[in-house]
Amino acid sequence: MLDHADAPARAVHAGDYILEVDNVRKEFPGVVALDDVQLRLRPGTVHALMGENGAGKSTLMKIIAGVYTPDRGEVRFAGRPLNIRTPLDALNSGIAMIHQELNLMNTMTVAENIWIGREPKSSFRLIDHGQMTRMTEALFADLGIRLDPLAMVGDLTVAQKQMVEIARAVSYKSDVLIMDEPTSAITETEVEHLFRIIRDLRAKGVGIVYITHKMSELFEIADELTVFRDGKYIATVNAADVTRDQIIKMMVGREITDMFPKIDCEIGETILEVRDLTLPGVFRDVSFSLRRGEILGVAGLVGSGRSNVAEAVFGVRPATGGQILIDGEVVNIKSPPVAMRHGMAFLTEDRKETGCFLNLDCIENIQVALLSSGKVDNRGFVNQREVNRLAEEFCAKLRVKTPNLAETVANLSGGNQQKLLIARWLLTKPRILILDEPTRGIDVGAKSEIHRLITQLAAEGVAILMISSELPEVLGMSDRIMVMHEGRVSGFLDRAEADQVRVMELAAK
Amino acid sequence: MATQTFDERAAPKAHRKLPSEINILLVLIGIALIFEILGWIFQGQTFLGNIGRLKIMILQVSVIGIIAVGVTQVIISGGIDLSSGSIVGAVAMVAMSFAQAADYARAVYPALTDMPVIVPVLIGLFCGAVAGFINGWLIAYTKIPPFIATLGMMVAVRGFAKWYTKGQPVSFPTDSFASLGSGMMPVFIFLGVAAVFHVAMKYTRYGKYTYAIGANPQAARVSGIDVERHLVKLYVVAGVLAALAGIVVAARGQTAQAGMGMMYELDAIAMAVIGGTSLAGGRGSIVGTSIGMVIFGVIISGFTFLRLDAYYQEMIKGVIIVAAVVIDTQRQKKRVKKT
Ligand SMILES: Nc1ncnc2c1ncn2[C@@H]1O[C@H](COP(=O)(O)OP(=O)(O)OP(=O)(O)O)[C@@H](O)[C@H]1O
Ligand SMILES: [Mg+2]
Repeated sequence: MLDHADAPARAVHAGDYILEVDNVRKEFPGVVALDDVQLRLRPGTVHALMGENGAGKSTLMKIIAGVYTPDRGEVRFAGRPLNIRTPLDALNSGIAMIHQELNLMNTMTVAENIWIGREPKSSFRLIDHGQMTRMTEALFADLGIRLDPLAMVGDLTVAQKQMVEIARAVSYKSDVLIMDEPTSAITETEVEHLFRIIRDLRAKGVGIVYITHKMSELFEIADELTVFRDGKYIATVNAADVTRDQIIKMMVGREITDMFPKIDCEIGETILEVRDLTLPGVFRDVSFSLRRGEILGVAGLVGSGRSNVAEAVFGVRPATGGQILIDGEVVNIKSPPVAMRHGMAFLTEDRKETGCFLNLDCIENIQVALLSSGKVDNRGFVNQREVNRLAEEFCAKLRVKTPNLAETVANLSGGNQQKLLIARWLLTKPRILILDEPTRGIDVGAKSEIHRLITQLAAEGVAILMISSELPEVLGMSDRIMVMHEGRVSGFLDRAEADQVRVMELAAK
Repeated sequence: MATQTFDERAAPKAHRKLPSEINILLVLIGIALIFEILGWIFQGQTFLGNIGRLKIMILQVSVIGIIAVGVTQVIISGGIDLSSGSIVGAVAMVAMSFAQAADYARAVYPALTDMPVIVPVLIGLFCGAVAGFINGWLIAYTKIPPFIATLGMMVAVRGFAKWYTKGQPVSFPTDSFASLGSGMMPVFIFLGVAAVFHVAMKYTRYGKYTYAIGANPQAARVSGIDVERHLVKLYVVAGVLAALAGIVVAARGQTAQAGMGMMYELDAIAMAVIGGTSLAGGRGSIVGTSIGMVIFGVIISGFTFLRLDAYYQEMIKGVIIVAAVVIDTQRQKKRVKKT
């Protein structure tokens, strides 16, 4: 393994880079995910890895973290070639990773999740649970996280789970920390919090690879950045030396001008009205109305009950008090099929747990809502050809990147999974579309496409309720903004009067 | 460093919750009391007050309880083991054939009679380990569903048990071998096994890995767990415990037949499930299964006590298994998720 001719060169590198990736290639059946890519990470820096959905970012990170083995290429750690075969090898070598999708054990406690495989032992080499709890408390105190170490992970919110993931990755005290879209599930407040943690780690000399689709974060936190496109390495630059538009151009190979292409469209009569909706302990007295062609943005901190309200309106977990009116008539939406019969569609926020059927193929994932809406049945028989045609049409429209639609969804990149879910609901031609974090994990190019699509749907008269933790998205896309705080509506803002500060004031009241 | 909180409502300090086994314990007490009351009504005598009956009850279930301890772990890891009943039968045969007394004229291995008790025991356990290893290896490395792998093992091992002596029973063990099944010995063996694995599941990495794999195998893998190797270990443990049960059964009956242990795997699974082990994986405990085992015993012995027809007994047993899972599922549902 040791190449002596290489020794002097290595000595030079060692000081410069903590992690070097060269000529890495990875092929999956039907796709070249990575084609001779490279990456150079300096200790004590935050290195952003940018690229469209399916560019191969996660694949490279998983190679470094030992989840995949590369077909070819070399990974060097502090100048030495690394032979990583399993995630354990990576962790032992000082490389920890926060995966794009949550990887937690729901039936175990927060503490057990964090220290799995590294549990503190007491006498008789048995696990010392008290010590484990104290270690968790110390870790949380250090990171400023407030969570009960003995809470079941399954009972936490998505954002809280993400914080557990972050804490776990940090707890390895590794030299290289990979963060694959850590902020896709958390709100601005938590993002700031995470950034403080990142800056602290950077000051301690940790090299951090940071993947995000959010441009604003990039300039706030990144020192250097590398761009991939279609599995190929494009460039590495200093974050200070480039503009946003230049990066986007490198990523997508073309220019994207307007990010929030909201068109003003005619707003019609009220379709959906919600009066004093209440679910004890979760939300209270929530009232709003939604009109044809209107986009109502919903902002608020995580845990403010936004998603719960959406779930109640769609009948996933119905409210116990209050009324829902559709077209002016009181309806009893006790389950999702009832909601769908009234023309509703609901894109949930957690694509892994309540969205995708990861083991099924793209067509099967796309068609479920259409099938249960009963629009393509012919006396119980499915017109599969028609379904396939529709699925293909929408996948093309949303530019889903996959070798073919028979590919298992687990093999698609996160952003492409999200696009499939959007396609799933659009196929049902809803009148009321509820979107919970519609562009989570979606790249800039596709994001503006999805935004255009949303606005187009609104123009066609669809009423849209859009929950988003990304303030620019809420501000850019909504006709009106409803802000929630601790289970209550804390205010409404019109498009004209809304800005970042006003929304945050209401959200944090 | 940062003092900012990210969720004001989250409690910062650890607080312990009541163990979930309490619920199952309450069910047990409830069922026992029902039988007590029915006993006074229909039989005019006490059910719980009769120590002799309770002893017999515990004896009856503790052999299957030994199997249930292994099966519980397999189920917690997200798997299932259907082969344990067959392993009981096969190991009973094999162990007995190495445990025969010298004064018996038709021994299977006439040259190998009067062996010290350790010999049949180790051979028996080894057979169980081999069967378990094959189960585990197939499941972990060929990725076939545990149901299929262990179903195949169940059929094949039963075949082996019949082939071993061409269907003839094997009898006349040495006294020391027979003592493994005499008196309250099976109960003590169960208690030992349960205690060891209770500690292993709760206080060692072995246990944590088992829960982690059952809860989320992908997460377990990226957390640095060698999932495949651990699965093999679990099925070996389950095989060895089934073998132990087989040895105890043979020793107690002082004879071994190829049909022994028939349906034990289902009873063991039922005990685990009644005891709160989730077939979805990630949830369950040895304490729960032990209580499940006692519930099982109370029901059987209660029915006999009430002189209920054997046919009804089986039907009602089926209903109770399903009811236990329904109750458990409802309980899980109540732990609503906040979003
Ligand atoms: N296990 C797999 N099997 C088959 N194809 C895969 C697998 N994992 C990834 N791919 C494919 O490799 C390509 C790169 O995927 P990857 O997840 O690395 O993208 P990404 O840059 O992380 O995208 P995103 O921003 O959407 O997360 C995609 O086309 C994806 O479909
Ligand atoms: Mg990715």
